[in-house]
This record gives sequence, C-alpha cells and structure tokens, in this order.
Amino acid sequence: MKTPSLLHRVLVHCVLILVTLATLYPILWVIKMALSPSQAFSLSPNPIPWPITLDNFVDVLTTTDMAGHWLFGRQLLNSVVVSAATMAVGIFLACTAGYAFSRFTFPGREMGMKGFLITQMFPGVVMAIPLYILLDRLHLLNSLVGLCLVYSVTAIPFCVWMLKGYFDTIPRELEEAAIMDGASQWMVFTRIVLPLSRPAIAVTALFCFMTAWNEFILAATFMNAETAYTLPVALQHYVGDYSTEWGHFAAGAILVSIPVMALFMVLQRHLVEGLTAGGVKG
Amino acid sequence: MRTPLTIAWIGVTLAAWAFLATPAAAEELVLWHAYTGAEREALEQAVERYNTRNPGAPIVPTALPYGCYTNKLRSAIPRGNGPDLFISGHDQIGGWVDAGLLHPMEPDPQLLPQALQAVQYGEQSWGCPLACKVAALYYNPQLIDAPPATRDEMMALARQHTTGETFGLAYEASNFYYNAGWFLGAGGEFFGDEGAITLDTPAMVEMLSFARDVVYTERVCPEEATSVLVAQLFNEGRAAMVINGPWFLSQLDQDTPRAVAPLPAPAKPLLTVETLFIPATASDPGASLAAAAALAGPDYDDLRVEVGQQVLARPADYRDPVLAAFAAGVAEAVATPSRPQMSLMWEPSQIAIRKVLRGAATPEEAAEFAQRRAEILNRPLPPQASPWPTLVVLGLLCLAGAVWAVRRTRGKKVGAQMWQARSAYAYLAPAVVAMLLLVVLPFVTGSALSLFAHRAGEYRFVGLANFWSILTSQDYAITDPLSFWFTLGVTTLWTALNVFFHVSIGMALALLLRDPWMKLRGIYRVLLIVPWAVPNYITALIWKGMFNKQFGAINGLLELLGLEPVAWFSGFWTALAANVCTNTWLGFPFMMVVTLGALQSIPRDLEEAAEVDGASRWQRFRHVTLPLLRPALLPAVVLGTVWTFNMFNIIYLVSGGEPDGATEILISEAYRWAFTREAQYGYAAAYAVMIFGVLVMYTQVTDRLTRRYKEV
Repeated sequence: MKTPSLLHRVLVHCVLILVTLATLYPILWVIKMALSPSQAFSLSPNPIPWPITLDNFVDVLTTTDMAGHWLFGRQLLNSVVVSAATMAVGIFLACTAGYAFSRFTFPGREMGMKGFLITQMFPGVVMAIPLYILLDRLHLLNSLVGLCLVYSVTAIPFCVWMLKGYFDTIPRELEEAAIMDGASQWMVFTRIVLPLSRPAIAVTALFCFMTAWNEFILAATFMNAETAYTLPVALQHYVGDYSTEWGHFAAGAILVSIPVMALFMVLQRHLVEGLTAGGVKG
Repeated sequence: MRTPLTIAWIGVTLAAWAFLATPAAAEELVLWHAYTGAEREALEQAVERYNTRNPGAPIVPTALPYGCYTNKLRSAIPRGNGPDLFISGHDQIGGWVDAGLLHPMEPDPQLLPQALQAVQYGEQSWGCPLACKVAALYYNPQLIDAPPATRDEMMALARQHTTGETFGLAYEASNFYYNAGWFLGAGGEFFGDEGAITLDTPAMVEMLSFARDVVYTERVCPEEATSVLVAQLFNEGRAAMVINGPWFLSQLDQDTPRAVAPLPAPAKPLLTVETLFIPATASDPGASLAAAAALAGPDYDDLRVEVGQQVLARPADYRDPVLAAFAAGVAEAVATPSRPQMSLMWEPSQIAIRKVLRGAATPEEAAEFAQRRAEILNRPLPPQASPWPTLVVLGLLCLAGAVWAVRRTRGKKVGAQMWQARSAYAYLAPAVVAMLLLVVLPFVTGSALSLFAHRAGEYRFVGLANFWSILTSQDYAITDPLSFWFTLGVTTLWTALNVFFHVSIGMALALLLRDPWMKLRGIYRVLLIVPWAVPNYITALIWKGMFNKQFGAINGLLELLGLEPVAWFSGFWTALAANVCTNTWLGFPFMMVVTLGALQSIPRDLEEAAEVDGASRWQRFRHVTLPLLRPALLPAVVLGTVWTFNMFNIIYLVSGGEPDGATEILISEAYRWAFTREAQYGYAAAYAVMIFGVLVMYTQVTDRLTRRYKEV
C-alpha cells in the first residue's frame, strides 16, 4: 500500500495523540499519588506531583512479614508462576478445543460451542462458596495449582472462541496439501495451523495472563498465608475497612502493571506480523 | 512447539506448590486480621511480645485484605479451615452466631459497659474487645481556638469559617454513619419493641433536616463530599472542621495542623468495637481462649495505645489529647446493634439522606421512604414449601430436554458419527472436563440455593417462591429501582452502550494503528493498553473523583468551555453516563488488541484491489474489511456483552447505584441481596439464575440473527 499524503499522516497522528493523552490523563493521578509523600487520595485538578519521593515504592518493595520473609519477592514469584501457568494451560486447552471446533464436524459441536459460551454467563456470586468446597475436597486449597486451574477455566471460553474464529480464516487448502504429503492431523495442527495463528494466540495469551494477574478475590479466599498470596492480594491489603493507603496502593498498582506492559511489548510483534511470516495469501 | 514450555511451567508450579504448602506446626495459633498501618504494627508487636512469653504455642498472624475478609471467614470456618483466632468489628456478631461460626467467651467485668454490651448477643458474650472506634470532630487549631460544646456552637463556627475558598464543616454528609450521631442523639433507635424497624421517627427527620441544612441551606459543607475530598480539604487548610473516625489520622499529611474533640452535644455516635473472636471450629478452643484473654489483656494495652493509636475497651487515662478526645466520645457512644437485621438499615437510611441532599424529598418524605424500604428488605420469609411441585417442574424440564435431544438426533447414526469423530473429542476432552468440574458443577450446586430462603442461619426450602417474587415484583412497583424488570432495563442499556463504544473505539484505533507507514505505532499501542493494565480499583475511583460536582476535572473542563457544571450522580442519565464513560475507558484497549489480531487474518491485497477499483475508504471498510473481520471479532463482541452485563465493580465504585439505586445492574443487585441485605443468599442465587437465563436468551437471539444474516 502506498504511503498517504503528508496532511493525512499529520491528521492521523493528531487524532492518535489526542486519544492517547485522553487515555493517559487519569493515569497521571496514579503516578502523582505514587510519588507523593502522603497517603491521601489526590483530587486536585493539577496532576503534577510535588514534592516527589520514592518512599511509597520503597515501602511496597521492601515489605516483610514477621518472620522476615521478603513478601514482595515471594508474591511476585507467585503471581508470575500462576499467570504464566494459566497462560500455558489456557492456551493449550483452548488451542486443541478451538481446533476441534474449527476443523471437525461431530455430533454435539454446536452444543459444545454454546456450552463454552454459556459458562461465561454464570454469575460469580453463586459460585464462590461451592468452588471453595470443591477445592477443599480436591485438596487444592492453599495451592497455586488450584488457583491456576480456576483461572484457566475462567479464561478458556474466550480463548476457544477467539481461536476457533481465527482458525476458520486459515485456508484449508494448506492442510489438505500437507495431508497429501503424508503429514498426520497432529502435525498439520502443530506445524501449520498454530504458527499461522500467532496473532490470535498472542491475544489469547495476553488475555489468559491478565485473567490471572489482576484477580484477587479468589486468590485471597483460597490462599492462607501471606507468602502464598499473589501481588494483587498484597495490593488490596492497602485498602482498609475505613481508609486506604493511597500512596502505597498507587505505587503497587504501577509496579503490578509494568510486567503486563512488558508482556504486551513482547507479544505485539506477533499481533502485527501474523501472516507475513508464513507467506500465505488467501 | 509449546508443549515443552507447558511442561516446564507446570513443573515450576508444582515445585512452588510443594514448597508453599508446608502445613503449619500443630501448636501454633493462627490469627487472622485485616489491620493495616499503625494498627497492624501494634498487633504484630503485641504478638511478638506474646510469643517470647509463650514460646510453646506461638501466635502466627496473617493479614487479609479487608474486601475479602468476611467472605473468607464465612467460607473457611464452617469447613474447619478457619484460623484459631480472628479480629473484626463487633457489628457482625449476630449473623455469625446465627450461622454457628463463633465460640462463646466469658465476659471481662473490667471492660467499659458499652464494649461489654457490644459483644453480647442473646444471653452470651462472644468475643474479647480490644479497641473502640467512634466518629469525632477534627478541627484546625489555627482557625478554631476552642472546640464547640454544642451543635449550635458548631454551626455558628462553621458559618463563620465558610468563605468562597474554605468550608466551615466538611464531612461525608451523604453517609449515614457520620450522621448517626445526630439520629441517636435525638433519641432515635433502629429497632423498637420486638425488633420492629423504627426509621420513620422524629429523630430521623431531625437528622435529615440537619444534613440538609449543613449542605443545602447553609452551604457550610461541600456537596457530594466523599471521604477522599474531606481529607484533601483538611490537608489543604480549606476545612475548619471535619467529622471523621480515628482512621482519618492516617489520611492526614504530617504537617497538617489537627486537633480532635468529641462530637458536640447532643450527638451520640455509633460505636464499633474491634474484637478478638474464636471460631467455633478452632482446633483447640481452650488454647485459643487462653491466648485471646492474654492478648486482649492489660499487658498489651501500651502497644495498642502508643503504637496503634487505639482507644482501649477498658477505662484508661490518655496522655495523647487526640486519644483522650476519642475516649470522651466513646463514653457518649451507642454500640452499633449487632443483630443481623442491622445490615439492612444502611441502604434505606443512605438513600433517604441522599434524596434530601439532592432536594428530591423533604426530610419527612425521606424518613417515610427509609421505613418503607427497610420493611420491604425485611419482609417475612416465604412459607416452607413441599419439594414436590418444584421436582415435578424440574423433571418436566429434563424430560422436555431429553425429548428435544432425541428428536434432533432421530434418523442420524449418532453413534457411528461420534466414533468417526473420536479424534475431535480427544482434542476437546481436556477443556471440557476442566469446565464441567470447575465451572458447571459449582454453578449447579450454587444455584440450587435459589430454592431456599436464608435468614439468621436458617435455610428453608421455599420452592420457586424466590423466582415468583422476583418476576412478579411482589413487594414493590415494577418501576421501583428494586424491581427486577427496572434493573433489567438499566442493565440492557448499560451493556448496549458499553459494547458499542468498546467496539467502535477499539476498532477505529486498531485500523489506524496497523498501517505500516505509522512509525510510532508500537509506542501508541503500548500507551493505549495502559487502562487495561493498571488495576481498575484505583482508576475507577479516579474517574469517580473526576466526576465530582465541585472539584472534578470534568466539570472544570465544562466550565472552561463556558458550560454549567453538572451534578453527575444526582440524575439517572448523567450517573449512567459517568459509569459508561469509565467502563469505556477501561474496556476499549481489549477490543483494540482483539481487532489488531483479527485484522491480521485479512489479506491486504483484497483491500488494495478494492482501492484500485475506486471504492471509497468507508466502502472499503464496510464491504471488505468488516465482513472479513466478523468471524474473529464476533466472539469478542458476544463475550464482551456477557462480561459487561455482569460487570459489577465499576457500578459499585463509580456511581454506587446512585441516584436511589437506579443505576444498579442485575449483578450488583444480586450482590446486595447476598452481602448487604441480611445475607439473603437464596434470593441472591435466584437473581443469579435469572441473570443466567437472560444471557442464554440473548445468545439464542443473536444466534438466530447472525444465522439469518449469513443466509441473506
């Protein structure tokens, strides 16, 4: 595609800059609260922080429990492990299921697709206590495995639908040619379909990661020790029953969102270079 | 290609799990609390001192986030997973005792009579009081020499110190807690004889009139004051007096001048007693009792006072004038009733105050409204029902399903087809098993609760009565915000608006951000997903602040443009707009990312061909790009709808249901029934099942529509 005129480009940049500024405007207060020495919520129209201090970050990063464990490190590790595992389990389960829905016809296919969708409609308010009892019976309370399983099933339906939709757009001729050349169904799936679906896998990966990364209600309910918590639970600690330590909360919120941004930086290459790598044209 | 990674990750998880799941030693006593800041510090020092004195059975404190605390206690204690001791306010004792969660204790006669009375429920005492909390009057000593002794003096001072820039008396006037002192001080009571609700009384009218005068007539207090705003004004020296609790101290800057006095007469503030409880399922109640008595005893009072800045539950002299003032307030205070019905007093009183502050009702009308609303929430349980009619209905439904399935498959060789497609089932099996076990099973057992009614620890089988009551809007008009149909309408509107904005903004940005000539697109993309990355608890509250009438950035912008400021949360449409605006900001990055991914499935040469053929930009989008995007985008739109339908926390954090609960959506109503309206779990479960039904119907309809679209 040819490059559009200069005026057009300037206009597009103007629009994008305006949208980005509007998007980041509320974030300025998060930064301001994180850098300010007080624990009060900042409402003033001026988002420039002054005086500046890094105390809030230092406090959040160096919290220890009574036994002297470095909590932030433990909790970061828990968060990373749970989120990465959720990402891996979620993508694995969703790729296989999405492929089955996209490429096979079988009795129950429609019902199955709908079934996945329907599970998203179950309101959490009725599920929390039965889920607790279930995990208790399975001896998965107070374990990261239980948490990861619960997060995975929360994330799967979207991933299955997303991947099924994307698989549908990949031309079948490729697979048929590979099968003619003697490839098995599984090889076709792993060598042709999956590499071509990198944009969709990147989206689902980010989604699975985020599902686990920001969740705190189930994590706080299922885990029993501060060293077993994930970062969002620790962050929620700063919210008391009457007042909130906003400086700490804001600093923690920034620290929690940095890994997400980093992951997105890594994944976005796959988001925009999907089909060019495979050299396939429809 | 991802399998080795998967295995590696699972391996890491298992290792971490094995490492973390080391069981606690048997002699340890686990203590749960939700303290933060100075109180947490004081508790941990007290535990340290206790452990050096009792090395044989040390206490292990575990801090839990306050937001999940009660739920966690309710889930863990009945299953024996609870702690050996826990700390909480006394106001939930009634519900906990009725649910059999607490172990009784001996009362300590040395305590303040109010504290003793607070932990009493029925004939028994249920906890060891640790500290007392009441609201008091903070004042700026640079502005006010001597604190007012009466309310009239306070108002005179407030008038004197209200100028254009400063407020005489800043407090969260719309919050019932901070007004309760006037209600109780005027002789108000929550419950009359035999537990009848008594909100429609002269005391209530008196309290509502006072709140109206302060904000509406005298204008000495800012409108829509939130706790956050009050703290900011006081820190900036723009509030001469503030009504707030001891927790306000942690919100003050170091150099803010402050002094505290008890609330002026005739106020009788509500008293909350921080209490040490023993769960009924504690592994060794004897050991827990001994530890509780010691930890709550006088040996640890110095830490509570000096480190935790707490007012003790026993008579004491305080050197710190702030604590002395709070202690004087405690002497006048009335303990918050701990019976379970108290939990449904807050919402009606709160709505009544807000109606008056908005000028939507006179104090008399509002008091009458509060009484009516509280009686609706406290309506008697439906009668016990025979299970047979319900079983017959469920049986018929199952039968209908079976008949439908048989008719669908008649004449087809299902078995053979299934065998042929066995590899498809193999691909599906892992996901399906996980979903059935962890999603479907909990939902089915949880929704069975909708056939029961719960009150005061007693579950009664009521058949379909909950559904009947919801569907026929039995206790209130169909146009009342409490009604299911009204809320359904609001929820539909909320969902449609959000999804429209999410998809259109997300798609527009994705289209702008994919062109290869865009040099900085990577940077834009990363900056634009920030709203998704930052935890929404804080950003939602920032948005709420931006919509504040007097101090918000949005009204500031309007004024800059020469427009009138808007009271966003006073009208239904503006409150809805504030909610939708916040949620749009939070949700568009996700749609943008999904569209970016989906756009990759569209070969660029198709669009280029259309361009060569002379199609305009819009035509290219409408007839080439959009149809090709549809398969990959549809799931995100359908699921986005479902998620938005059940998006509870934005409503809760931004509008909080204002005005008068009109902007609540179905899921937030379900939460209210479960958690703030005397734990009516059965009713909440019935609401959840209704939500589920509505969403299933929605997908059926869209399914038909998209099918018809495809056929055309």
